[in-house]
Amino acid sequence: MNLSRKWLNEFVNVDVNDHEFAEAMTLSGSKVEGTTDLGAEISNVVVGKILSMERHPNSDHMWVCQIDVGDSEPVQIVTGAWNIHKGDLIPVAKDNSWLPGGVHITRGNLRGVKSKGMLCSLKELNLDERDFPYGVITAAALLNDYHPIDPEKPSIPADVQPGHKIYGPVVAAAVEGVKSAGDGRWTCKLTYTEKDGPSAAVVTTPCQNIHEGDMVAFNTKTGAICTLADLHAEQREFPHCIPDGIFVLQEEGIAPGDDIKPIVNADDRVVEFEITPNRPDCLSVIGLAREAAATFGKPLTLHEPEVKGGADGVLTDLLDVETPDADLVPRYTARMVRNVKIAPSPKWMRERLRSMGVRPINNIVDITNYVMLEYGQPMHAFDYRYVNGGKIIVRRAAEGEELTTLDGKVHTLNANHLVIADETRAVGLAGIMGGLNSEIVADTADVVFESACFDGTCIRKGALALGMRTEASAKFEKGLDPLNTLPAVNRACELVEMLGAGAVVDGVIDILNNVPQPTVLKLEPDKINALLGTDVPEDDMVNILKKLDFQVEGDRVTVPSWRGDVRRMADLAEEVARFYGYNNIPVTLMRGQTTQGGYSEAQKLENRLGAMCRACGFDEIITYSFISPTAYDKIGWARDCAMRNSFKILNPLGEDTSIMRTTTLPSMLEILTRNWNYRNKNVKLYELGRIYLPGGENGLANESKVLTLGAYGEGMDFYAIKGVVEAILKDIRAGDVHFEPAAAEVWGNTVAPYHPGRAAAVYSGSDCLGFVGQIHPTVAQNYGVDGEFYCAELSFDELMLAKGPDAEYVSLPKFPSVERDIAVVCDEAVTVGRLESAIRKGAKGLLKEVELFDIYRGASIPAGKKSVAFSLTLRADDRSLTGEEADADVKSILATLEQECGAVLR
Amino acid sequence: MKEQLANIRAQALEAFEQAKASADLDALRVKYLGKKGELTAVLKQMGRLSAEERPAMGQLANEVRAALESALDTASKKLEAAALEHRLEAEAVDVTIPGRAPAIGHRHPMYIALDEMKEIFIGMGFTVLDGPEIELGELNFDRLNAEPGHPSRDWSDTFYFDQDEKVMLRSQTSPMQVRAMDTMKLPIRIIAPGRVYRKDEVDATHSPMFHQVEGMVIDKGVTMADLKGTLNTVIKKMYGESTQTRFRPHHFPFTEPSCEVDVQCHKCGGVGCPTCKGEGWIELLGAGMIHPHVLEMAGIDPEVWSGWAFGFGLERTAMRRFKIDDLRLIFENDVRFLEQF
Repeated sequence: MNLSRKWLNEFVNVDVNDHEFAEAMTLSGSKVEGTTDLGAEISNVVVGKILSMERHPNSDHMWVCQIDVGDSEPVQIVTGAWNIHKGDLIPVAKDNSWLPGGVHITRGNLRGVKSKGMLCSLKELNLDERDFPYGVITAAALLNDYHPIDPEKPSIPADVQPGHKIYGPVVAAAVEGVKSAGDGRWTCKLTYTEKDGPSAAVVTTPCQNIHEGDMVAFNTKTGAICTLADLHAEQREFPHCIPDGIFVLQEEGIAPGDDIKPIVNADDRVVEFEITPNRPDCLSVIGLAREAAATFGKPLTLHEPEVKGGADGVLTDLLDVETPDADLVPRYTARMVRNVKIAPSPKWMRERLRSMGVRPINNIVDITNYVMLEYGQPMHAFDYRYVNGGKIIVRRAAEGEELTTLDGKVHTLNANHLVIADETRAVGLAGIMGGLNSEIVADTADVVFESACFDGTCIRKGALALGMRTEASAKFEKGLDPLNTLPAVNRACELVEMLGAGAVVDGVIDILNNVPQPTVLKLEPDKINALLGTDVPEDDMVNILKKLDFQVEGDRVTVPSWRGDVRRMADLAEEVARFYGYNNIPVTLMRGQTTQGGYSEAQKLENRLGAMCRACGFDEIITYSFISPTAYDKIGWARDCAMRNSFKILNPLGEDTSIMRTTTLPSMLEILTRNWNYRNKNVKLYELGRIYLPGGENGLANESKVLTLGAYGEGMDFYAIKGVVEAILKDIRAGDVHFEPAAAEVWGNTVAPYHPGRAAAVYSGSDCLGFVGQIHPTVAQNYGVDGEFYCAELSFDELMLAKGPDAEYVSLPKFPSVERDIAVVCDEAVTVGRLESAIRKGAKGLLKEVELFDIYRGASIPAGKKSVAFSLTLRADDRSLTGEEADADVKSILATLEQECGAVLR
Repeated sequence: MKEQLANIRAQALEAFEQAKASADLDALRVKYLGKKGELTAVLKQMGRLSAEERPAMGQLANEVRAALESALDTASKKLEAAALEHRLEAEAVDVTIPGRAPAIGHRHPMYIALDEMKEIFIGMGFTVLDGPEIELGELNFDRLNAEPGHPSRDWSDTFYFDQDEKVMLRSQTSPMQVRAMDTMKLPIRIIAPGRVYRKDEVDATHSPMFHQVEGMVIDKGVTMADLKGTLNTVIKKMYGESTQTRFRPHHFPFTEPSCEVDVQCHKCGGVGCPTCKGEGWIELLGAGMIHPHVLEMAGIDPEVWSGWAFGFGLERTAMRRFKIDDLRLIFENDVRFLEQF
């Protein structure tokens, strides 16, 4: 919401600087986002009066002007504009002045003639013809500016003389003199020769670019001086006869030397507010004025609209309104204006609209916008002659009904849309936008002003469905004050009379379907103070509420109709707090019952896993929870893999972020790839992130966490990543950890992304925790990577279950241990894991540790076999072992190895 | 004989002095003090002395032996010291050559900031809660007083999984307030950090997924002054004791009164600069007293219990904490970024 400080001052006189204003309003709850000084970019630009004009000695198109800028001496300024005359008042950017867009004007030299500044056009002041309709420039085609397109074949000879025929009745004529006609037009004395001798004519023209000594094309039949259009000429044929030039001021009471800013409304400042959705009343100048008055402790001066009325006709004969869908139309108020004269609205109104960011259009449309800004009540004006049968029906649209709105767009409607209709067709989308078929146009004679209150939800849904959220719909959807429609429509009629734009018909059509009773609350100062932790006296509370137009009688507080957000004690407490000052509320520490804070067991495990990953050199990453559906193809999951069943976002930002991941692997691979592409070496990453599996309670997901590792680079291979997994599992004291070649069916058939020969399923006991291994080269290729990626995925829930009990001290060995190394030869197919199991099984209670230390293939070992060497540590807890005892155990171990694995001592 | 002893003493001492290596010293020990050494040879002549001379000469001889042994010892130590010095010199390393550091991984900076925040709140008796990101519209909106039609429900702002807006990606961590009220015993002090989702295109300050830290206290006699006191304490712990805060009115459907908390701009100290858009303050979080209707919907009597709640944006907090200027870095996960923290 933008607010003009000048407009605000009509209601409350706040005389503080922008910074103080913004600070105070922000702290009382109307957050200021910024302040724009409309004239910030303009400086040292004043009104000047043209004392004389001479043609530039070294230019065919420039003028040398002497300008009175209010100083003791006139200044000389060279200009290329042709629309000015001696005596004109014009904006002058003096030497060392600034114009919008950071344009710096300094003195200079134009073709040998000194120039101390610049004369300004509307555009150079960041204005246009809508701001100053009289600033439109009409240019005559000056024959002395004629430049033929083809120099070989000019349409007009270079030596054209007065009286030379251009075409038909149009002849060349010399301008003997030019005088202002006083109404923005110019009276020119022309001479030319006819067959029977010299002839003269005095012509009044709107063309501003004619000066004594020019040659014009004169239509002897119509008596008009020709423009380019009249001659069917192209602009390039008359390069200086352009509909552009200096802004010639027609304001009353201005004099040379006056600052230009107040004249062009550049002395206003516009404050931008962030208005929260609970305060639609502040989407208006009056609403903000009320807040400002309360904030600064100044009186609020509101004005009761007064309508004279008296136009011909009886309103009820002219207009009938029906609201069959009464629940969607709490209130509908309308008035009529006859004998409308469509014209630009006055300067003050245009300025106010423009400063608030609204484009002026014409007096009637401008009035509706003005009232919407001032009262916060959206208004609509439509042309009465297009209301067939003089009947307005506010109804739900028929299925498939079509309507073209003011913006020229055609909409097909349904019963969810509310329309304003006459007896035969819709003429507007209620609360959103008017229809093109009832638009106010130049010859509109009778106007209906609609000031209604529509159901917020209905308008919001309608606007959303049509993709056209307008200024009006944005207001309606927040729920407007039904009591505001009448003052607003009266204000519009008052403005019509004030502007002389038409005659208002007596009476008001006012349908009240649902106007709520005012809310009455009990003022409970103790409870308010208890909630705020303050000690605000009751009188102060009452004063604050009264400043905001709450009525307080005893402990009864009547809430104003526009404050639908105030419904109970806590809301009153906020009003009190806002104006008591949030920063005046004391600062205390919580009392009350002590609570025990801390981490849950799961959170402790999360912290521990993260710490362990970092200890292993892995950096933590955070990835998006949503992925592309193509990610499952990319990691090679089977088409019918059940894990592909994902939560799908119906309105995603894009395909790439449209489903909730059921695996963290694509996210990890994407980040690995990104680092790979950045040529980062030796990357090791981990994430403890969620997956989202359908099938949770209440239609929600099972959000399980997965610890994901990903790495590539020097020293990284299957055993390196497996080692990290082992270290993590050891750290959380998981029992019976073992690794099996990953079979396809484990863990939801999701092993496909891994290299079939270099992947393992991780077990603790019989529970599968996840996978570890090398990413399948084809999958890596899908990511555009020709290197080896290694990953692991471990289910957090499973890790939680696998987590072992806290450590319990075991006494340190009192007796020495015996070491025995054995090397056995077995078939290639026999895994080290099987050998180890056999060793443990064969031991007779003395074996404490088994450590693999070598695998050998080659000379002296038969093909298809391998030699595997282990170091065994044997120890008894109650005595020193003898060599014989150790040997007996080893013998048993070797026997078991042979029996179970066919492994024989080498 | 006396003269002989004096000579041996003088010669030996000089020889010891000049020895260059411990081997030389060993040879000298044998030469002078060995069984066939010069001193022994002299002592063998003692028998030829008179009984009167013998004690004096014996004493002298012992003195010479002691002197030689002591000198030998000193010389030996000196040589050892020299040898050690020599060795240490040879072993000297270039201390400016980089060490071989074990590769230690790095915590993501956003979680560093979160850990700090969690520690502060746990110290004040808060429990850390975790909850679903795919959430019921009822908990994300209805139970938090966001009526149908509230702009935050727009499909242009919030991600939905069904047309009826029943299941959605939570747009705030605030549904955790409701979950806590529904499941926990009073009084409650919780924080609930987590991911939230809004339909924002990615740029330097926006991301469709980001993180919030929700906080809530419900107890008897909890006041807005307590809210201010607690948040001030937390903010000062996070950003330094001298950090200035300001509380200003705002609107959230589920708190009343509601506020936003600003901290004084760290760049300009409150004067106004581009970082704070000229305001001198930077918005940090939203908070307020829990709306009585929200308590009622959870079956908590607002006449007996009151509470406050707040929500931090975690990315913003981390970015401010580590002076990170682009949100995209947080989710890009470039190790050159991650390993700075």
